[in-house]
Amino acid sequence: MLSETDILALWTTLKLAGLTTIILLLLGTPLAWWLTHSRFRFKVIVEALVALPLILPPTVLGFYLLIMLGPNGPLGPLMQSLGIHTLAFTFTGLVIGSVFYSLPFVVQPLQNAFAAIGRRPLEVAATLRARPLDQFFSVVLPLARPGYLTAAVLGFAHTVGEFGVVLMIGGNIPGETQVLSIAIYDHVEALEYGQAHLLSGGLLLLSFVLLLMVYTLNRRYRLTST
Amino acid sequence: MTIDVQLHLKRDDFTLDATFCVPSSGITALFGPSGCGKTTLLRTIAGLEKKARGRVVIGDTVWQDETRCLPTHQRQLGYVFQEASLFEHLSVHQNLEYGLKRLPKEKQRFDFDQIVTLLDLATLLPRQSARLSGGERQRVAVARALLSSPQLLLMDEPLAALDQQRKREILPFFARLHGELDIPILYVSHAADEVARLADHLVLLNDGRVQASGPIAEMLTRADLPLAHDHDAAAIIEATLSGYDTPFNLARLTFPGGRFSVPHPGPENELTKGQPVRLRVLARDVSLTLEQQTGTSILNIVPVTVTALNAENTRQPGAGAQLLVQLDANGVPLLARITRKSAVALALEPGKPVFAQIKAIALLD
Repeated sequence: MLSETDILALWTTLKLAGLTTIILLLLGTPLAWWLTHSRFRFKVIVEALVALPLILPPTVLGFYLLIMLGPNGPLGPLMQSLGIHTLAFTFTGLVIGSVFYSLPFVVQPLQNAFAAIGRRPLEVAATLRARPLDQFFSVVLPLARPGYLTAAVLGFAHTVGEFGVVLMIGGNIPGETQVLSIAIYDHVEALEYGQAHLLSGGLLLLSFVLLLMVYTLNRRYRLTST
Repeated sequence: MTIDVQLHLKRDDFTLDATFCVPSSGITALFGPSGCGKTTLLRTIAGLEKKARGRVVIGDTVWQDETRCLPTHQRQLGYVFQEASLFEHLSVHQNLEYGLKRLPKEKQRFDFDQIVTLLDLATLLPRQSARLSGGERQRVAVARALLSSPQLLLMDEPLAALDQQRKREILPFFARLHGELDIPILYVSHAADEVARLADHLVLLNDGRVQASGPIAEMLTRADLPLAHDHDAAAIIEATLSGYDTPFNLARLTFPGGRFSVPHPGPENELTKGQPVRLRVLARDVSLTLEQQTGTSILNIVPVTVTALNAENTRQPGAGAQLLVQLDANGVPLLARITRKSAVALALEPGKPVFAQIKAIALLD
């Protein structure tokens, strides 16, 4: 059965993925909106930066984050002044890393959803006296619901599967930074294949169920709205 | 009260430079060929084109001038887009309420039920908006715009996406708006028949500029404008029903220039005495005689005065052989297209009294 450290790792993973997803939905919404509607000339640069974690080896991302978040990094003085010694090897550091790591998985579905909606519903809402924020919440948000669902599930699942970044900036502290994927690695190293199977199988099932849920819900949403 | 517009908008490939002033009552059609900037002008009036500069004054409300520019949501307008623009995530009922809910009670001019009845939407209310037909969608869109109690209703070719059958269904509703609600309407169209049927005023656009604007009857018959030279050039006459000639199944109509008899419009379009009706008389259906003909099968003959003779300047075949004669029937302008040879034979000249024989009259309402 699951050992106490396994359960801790599961809890850390779910907490990390949940928190990361929430932060990404909040940050990703204005970012995706801006990427969809801005006519800024250098927008493509931002778009490329957002997509970077898709192809960048996670260890590279983790390495730079480690340097950034460490006490001698460029953010060191700022953190010191806030009374933080270092974010490396902490849960907070892990959340920051995960936000970068899963950014494209949340921003891109949102951007696609916003692009599909276009400007027209906003214009219609404006002619019906809705203020800009009201336009967003009463029209765009409900219309973008499938996009949000996809973004949330992809962001969550991708964070659960995180390994390289965690290893670089989080290390392997049980209850603090040890997540499932690292626990699996530990079990395999220690030749505890039974435990590794249990956790791996669990993750496989979870990932599949999550994706199944997204596709089913989005399909149903499309069917009811057309 | 007027709608006073003076707007300038520059884009890479197009410049809008439109100035017009029309009474803020009835339907004003923004008319012109595709690509002349009708839709852009309408969007600019609504504040949807952020880069536009100029003035928009509706009655005594300034929407835009040199010092300020109200965003769209602060302009008290209704907008009906060309294609379906209903919120697909909402039911018909919720769509209708969207604008109404965002309006303070004291500013609501219309009752929900009143508008639902006017546009015959009662049975559609619980439906999902994505499941409506094109014509139903546009009726809901019009009702939704009206429920936001606009000072001005802007309609961008609301019938363009509909087939002929749906158009016929929805046009009577538009005519009703006109009759029952006191809201000025700016109506973009490139369909001359729609304009002839609905509009009271016409703003003629060409290449981003206003070519001319004025009352419809005058605009259609002005020889300096392209409308009078169109193959289907016609005059619009406002008449009233004075009675029926039952044995012959005819309706009798009176207008300042005389009387007409037209075929009874049929039981489903029963008109009441004294009801105003709009008539269209095509220039090619009018012939001229010096004396009042007797022994002719033509029913409708009215005395008129020749106002002007104009060469046909179109590139249509036979244009060189024809003349456009502007006529005046006791203040009502009429057009006749006749051959130059006939004009010489009749010695037509401005001021000459003649008789107009009208072969066909179309009842537009």
